[in-house]
Amino acid sequence: MDASVVIFILSAALIIASALMVVSTRNLIHAALWLIATLFGVAVLYAVLEAGFLAVVQVVVYIGAIAIMFIFAVMLTRKEMRDQGAQVNAAWPMAALLGLLTFGGLWIILSKWDGLAKLPAAIPGGADGTLQQLGIALTSPDAFVLPFEVASVLLLAALIGSVYVAMNKKGS
Amino acid sequence: MIPLSWYLVLSAALFCIGLFGVMVRRNAVAILLSVELMLNAVNINLVAFWRYGDTTSMAGQVFAIIVFAVAAAEVAVGLSLIYSIYRRRGSVIADELDLMKW
Repeated sequence: MDASVVIFILSAALIIASALMVVSTRNLIHAALWLIATLFGVAVLYAVLEAGFLAVVQVVVYIGAIAIMFIFAVMLTRKEMRDQGAQVNAAWPMAALLGLLTFGGLWIILSKWDGLAKLPAAIPGGADGTLQQLGIALTSPDAFVLPFEVASVLLLAALIGSVYVAMNKKGS
Repeated sequence: MIPLSWYLVLSAALFCIGLFGVMVRRNAVAILLSVELMLNAVNINLVAFWRYGDTTSMAGQVFAIIVFAVAAAEVAVGLSLIYSIYRRRGSVIADELDLMKW
């Protein structure tokens, strides 16, 4: 049992526990903070998977931008989130059953696949070279430059769209 | 060394927790929080398959980066919609937003 196994088990426990808190806690600020814990656990997993760039992007973009935006949104709509009434709807036992059934179905599909016990091969040239490969893949016309540009257009459209939707058109 | 199945089971569990959250939460912001959990489960899968498959092709990591961008766009548009609805109707409870219900 080497260090990566210990780190994996600890971060998997963190991810599952804080994800359960995200869907079950009453106070939405706390839910957003538990989401940050989940995202941090996923960033640790990226580091274990030797995708260091993605681990940094996870912390910067997900925790630094998306989770903070959630906290802003919770605070802007705060009047409704005070502990009044139920936070979950009446059909939650059915939803729990559906979630468990989905997990069971995924488990059955996974158990039928024979590549499960696969272990990672060493990265040729070491993990440091993958960042350079990633940069080349994102900007090379032979690889993924078109999806990369489409993603930037999507972000611009989302920026303009969200400003337009959230704008107060009555002027007060 | 960690077998691939551990990542897949973890990501399936995270996905199902997010699915449960999407179905049961009444607050629209909490529904978006659960959608983020599901997107992260997908990303764990993508990066794990990249690492355990052919690491010379960067398709898995590039796909994960596209998912980051889509998640950011989704959260920006979703939260501004929720804020706009909150300003007009004074509520972010998904059950009460039945304006377009037949």
